[in-house]
Amino acid sequence: MTTTTALRRPSAAPAPTRQKVTGVRVLRSEWAKFWSLRSSWITLGVGVFLLVLFGAIASYTYSPDAVAPSGPPGPGASGGDSDAVSLALTGVTFASLAVGVLGVLLSAGEYSTGMIRSTLAAVPRRLPVLWSKAAVIGPVALLLSTVGALAAFLLGAPGLDGEAISLSAGDDGVLRSLVGAGVYLGLVAVFGVALGALLRSSAGAIAALVGVLLVLPGLASLLPDAWYDTVSPYFPGNAGSAAYALHESADALSPGAGLAVFAGWVALTLAGAALRLVRTDA
Amino acid sequence: MIEARELTKRYGDRTVVDRLSFSVRPGEVTGFLGPNGAGKSTTMRMIIGLDAPTGGSVTVAGRSYARHAAPLHEVGSLLEAKSVHPGRTAVAHLLALAHTHGIPRRRVDEVIDLAGLGSVAGKRVGAFSLGMGQRLGIAAALLGDPAIVMLDEPVNGLDPEGVLWVRNLLRGLADEGRAVMLSSHLMSETALIADHLVIIGRGRLLADTSVDEFTRQASGGGVRVVTPDAMRLRALLAAPEVTISSSSAEELLVSGRDAREIGIVAAQHGVPLYELTPQAVSLEAAFMELTRDAVEYQSAPADADRKAA
Repeated sequence: MTTTTALRRPSAAPAPTRQKVTGVRVLRSEWAKFWSLRSSWITLGVGVFLLVLFGAIASYTYSPDAVAPSGPPGPGASGGDSDAVSLALTGVTFASLAVGVLGVLLSAGEYSTGMIRSTLAAVPRRLPVLWSKAAVIGPVALLLSTVGALAAFLLGAPGLDGEAISLSAGDDGVLRSLVGAGVYLGLVAVFGVALGALLRSSAGAIAALVGVLLVLPGLASLLPDAWYDTVSPYFPGNAGSAAYALHESADALSPGAGLAVFAGWVALTLAGAALRLVRTDA
Repeated sequence: MIEARELTKRYGDRTVVDRLSFSVRPGEVTGFLGPNGAGKSTTMRMIIGLDAPTGGSVTVAGRSYARHAAPLHEVGSLLEAKSVHPGRTAVAHLLALAHTHGIPRRRVDEVIDLAGLGSVAGKRVGAFSLGMGQRLGIAAALLGDPAIVMLDEPVNGLDPEGVLWVRNLLRGLADEGRAVMLSSHLMSETALIADHLVIIGRGRLLADTSVDEFTRQASGGGVRVVTPDAMRLRALLAAPEVTISSSSAEELLVSGRDAREIGIVAAQHGVPLYELTPQAVSLEAAFMELTRDAVEYQSAPADADRKAA
């Protein structure tokens, strides 16, 4: 074999490029890592596809006579009366699972595969890795989800043509809601990263994600009514869905407050993940 | 240069690495030996900061690994071979690591060629054999052109040609002035590559010695002498530091005198010799003897002041 001739460079002569680890370089590394996995493309694609598909279908199958909304169970879909935006955003629940799982895979996946050892050997200060993962997936998920939400609305609009609830993109609050859904999904992706880094197990983190976003609001309804009314708007899932509701409902937070509360939950989880990353052995 | 000082790692009440002190010097291949579970991997994980020591310290070029601005240029390491996401290609994996240090693509191609991975560089790592995984791990270790190369069981899963490749590669790296540290549980394999040995058992240092010294000590098994005049030779060799045993009328086993001395004595007194053979203990046997003590030590933890080898 011709490769037995070791390295050409004696160690005495420094390599021509010998550069430090910087935040930007770690970000670039995480960016490359993200796009070099097939699962990233697939999960992201599935998320956006579901968002558009369910939104468009819900709009086309809408009939004002139907009593119950056609949406899936979970926060956001339960709202009695439908509007063009809530129909277009029917897929948000499914999309949130997809991007949340994507976030989990990005962080917990490194632990299950052993990649974390290589990653932390290259970046032994560790925290830049977590920030970079969040900084890669958050904006990517936000951007694609916003585009997906817009597409769902625009594709669904002809299906609602002539209906009383029909809206156009220029109507009051419509764009805000659609972008709100995008921001929410971006935050869910970061939430996934944080849960994955906190729990270091893909299965555990996915279970926690589903539990927090979908199961917790239902479970909480077992609480006494007075408590429930006070507490439930602040649950991550409920606060998140308030962020992209067109009409503020009485028992929910305003879009701005909802977004802030959900972002707070994400930040809290991320802080926990950072603490665990720094404190415990990899 | 790696310097461990009183390095200790405890998990609960189980001490995995116990006040371990040793150095890995540039220009040498240091073999890091111990039976399975001796604490080799844990020690190596502490060196690159994956695990935090419970006590003591370990430094790389004078400071802890995490404090280096460009750690991949200081230490290139291969821990478990599968420290790679199986869904990524070899090139993508190396590029991702290279990005963190601004290492150019050219260098990635260089280490791929060096490791003989050119034909599979675009394949996903999940499909790699154990040997190819090892080669990828070694390529990653060399990516930063590091002053210290640290490999955990690098020849695991390699075919004989690969073993030879690793041996020559490490020799070359040390000859270039780098510090090379490799762990193994096989003495015979390590003795072929290493200059220096750090042997541990149950987390404790058992021996910190050169391969030559270890070999010399291992061969201290006495000298077998076969002569028709055994009684007379026995008398001639007698001295306080010499012990002689005999298993048959014509045969002596002498320790305390080497073959050369015995030969001279015999010649001076006209004692004919049929055979004069230094009794070498194999390195592997000497190593097992050494580490067996460590196991015994563990079963008597109250015996705190006993010093192994």
